[in-house]
Amino acid sequence: MPELLKVNNLVTQFKTESGVVKAVDGVSYYINEQEIVGLVGESGCGKSVSQLSVMQLISAPGEITGGEVIFEGQNLLEYKANGPEMRSVRGARIAMIFQEPMTSLNPVLTIGQQLTEMLVLHMKMNDEAARKRAIDLMGLVGIPAAEKRIDDYPHHFSGGMRQRVMIAMGLSCNPRILIADEPTTALDVTTQAQLLEMMKDMVQRFRASLVIVTHNLGVVARYAQRIYIMYAGRIVESGTTKEIFGQPRHPYTIGLLKCIPRLDEAEGTKLVPIVGLPPNLINMPPTCAFLPRCSYKIDKCFKEPWPELTPVSDNHFIRCYANTEENKK
Amino acid sequence: MVNEATPNVADNGRLELPPGVSEWHRFRRVFLSRGVVVFGMIIMVLFIFVAIFAPLIAPYDPYEPDLDNTLQNPSAAHWLGTDALGRDTLTRIIYGTRTSLEIGLIVVAFACIIGITLGTLAGFYGGWTYIIIMRFVDALMSFPMILLALVIAALLGGGMKNVIIALSVALMPGYARLMCGQVLSVKQNDYILAARSMGASNLRIMLRHVVLNCVSPIIVQITMMLGVTILAEAGLSFLGIGITPPTAAWGNMVADAQQYLLVLPILSFAPGLALMLVVFAFNMVGDGLRDALDPRLRGIL
Repeated sequence: MPELLKVNNLVTQFKTESGVVKAVDGVSYYINEQEIVGLVGESGCGKSVSQLSVMQLISAPGEITGGEVIFEGQNLLEYKANGPEMRSVRGARIAMIFQEPMTSLNPVLTIGQQLTEMLVLHMKMNDEAARKRAIDLMGLVGIPAAEKRIDDYPHHFSGGMRQRVMIAMGLSCNPRILIADEPTTALDVTTQAQLLEMMKDMVQRFRASLVIVTHNLGVVARYAQRIYIMYAGRIVESGTTKEIFGQPRHPYTIGLLKCIPRLDEAEGTKLVPIVGLPPNLINMPPTCAFLPRCSYKIDKCFKEPWPELTPVSDNHFIRCYANTEENKK
Repeated sequence: MVNEATPNVADNGRLELPPGVSEWHRFRRVFLSRGVVVFGMIIMVLFIFVAIFAPLIAPYDPYEPDLDNTLQNPSAAHWLGTDALGRDTLTRIIYGTRTSLEIGLIVVAFACIIGITLGTLAGFYGGWTYIIIMRFVDALMSFPMILLALVIAALLGGGMKNVIIALSVALMPGYARLMCGQVLSVKQNDYILAARSMGASNLRIMLRHVVLNCVSPIIVQITMMLGVTILAEAGLSFLGIGITPPTAAWGNMVADAQQYLLVLPILSFAPGLALMLVVFAFNMVGDGLRDALDPRLRGIL
């Protein structure tokens, strides 16, 4: 399927008093049409920042210092961050939903007012048509009695219902890409599963692509076609979901998978945590950022700089020297 | 788009909310729960009523001297006596209510609009906009309010228009500061980022998402400041650089009456008492509003 979004060497930095934080450091990835892609990594590895950078939603002291974001043949970073071109992309062509459904809706406006705002803005609908479409959308994302609920305020809704509203809002203008930044992290497990299932159905219906940003490999396992694993502002492994889960090659990915509790393991098997903490992103050494926590490290890792993404098969790339296949631990 | 059968919904049970207490009910209940606030409210309404219908209520003409009846003690004809020119004190207090409330409302409206605009711009854009606007506001704030009003009024001269300008300038920094602080905190909220991610412009975000979320402390500030403004106007008028005679204003009434303080104390006490009551009423209502709009009291049934 054709490529819809291509991000090349994206660099986003935050200038702080103690130094420059390279939150996103040369990230490249692509998203095909109608594809579901997972972006996985632990807190502070730059996954959210990379997505906000694509939308040019980084605010001071953050700054996008390099790279390009090619969307439908156009480099979005050439647009002014708050200019009319960028604004006509946001919401209408690429939409985003955020982690916290409890705070992502404006508490003083009704759900209807917030849902119709985008329809009037981007699709130039009149109020009546927008309201009708908003009710339809609310029904589609599974909000019962939408005609009544549309005039309620956000605090009348539960967390799961609010996230449904956010999804309806995200999809309201038929975007090509929906970026879901940890969409289910703040919700309980039963709601999580329902919402993910619903989101999958919705992007299929709207023929949109979906980017699921999460720290939970379990969330993407079922839905994503391809997965990018991020660590310390870079992508360390990418491949199809099957490859990532079946033959993980990067020590970090292997570590992440070992952290997931499994029912099919013998009783008494301990979960293996990844020791240590993610590195401070200020003054990063040129060597691999995962090195201090890695259990596969070889001499070369200490001498050579962090390698580029290298293919291990057609679609499977890793950023590592160690041959994790042969030294299984 | 066709509205298809909705997917299974787990939180179905939670969907039908109980008939629930509406925001308005909750507001009314908290607001009216304190006797002193209700009392203040009644006094406020009373004064507003008096101000609006002054010509119908007042028994005499406030400006017509009656030199046969100067400095009278309270009597059936003149409930609160007459002043040195024989004008009925009650009538002048009634007309003074008009002056006070008029100035109070206009000044607060001006100060509020300018202050909110400046504060919103400074808080929202930050950077140099913030520095320039807020340093200017800080400079104004470094003078005590009444002193600043005094200087401006003294420079411009007395009269209704100049008093309004002087007080507006003196009061504006408070609103700008308050609004700026509010905007700084509100703009950090996720829903602002969400609105931005939906393609809303700065202007739209400011007006529709930021300002609306900042109004409740401003509403409280408005009622509180009405009392302060009225007091400040009376102060200026008392000092002779506010409302100029013969216009009836409580401040210049007290000033005129002070030389008869030992002979006819009611002449200065009556407008002073009216002033006190009005300021008290506005402060109490402001206090009640603050309680009623306080989100921490939201849960109280």
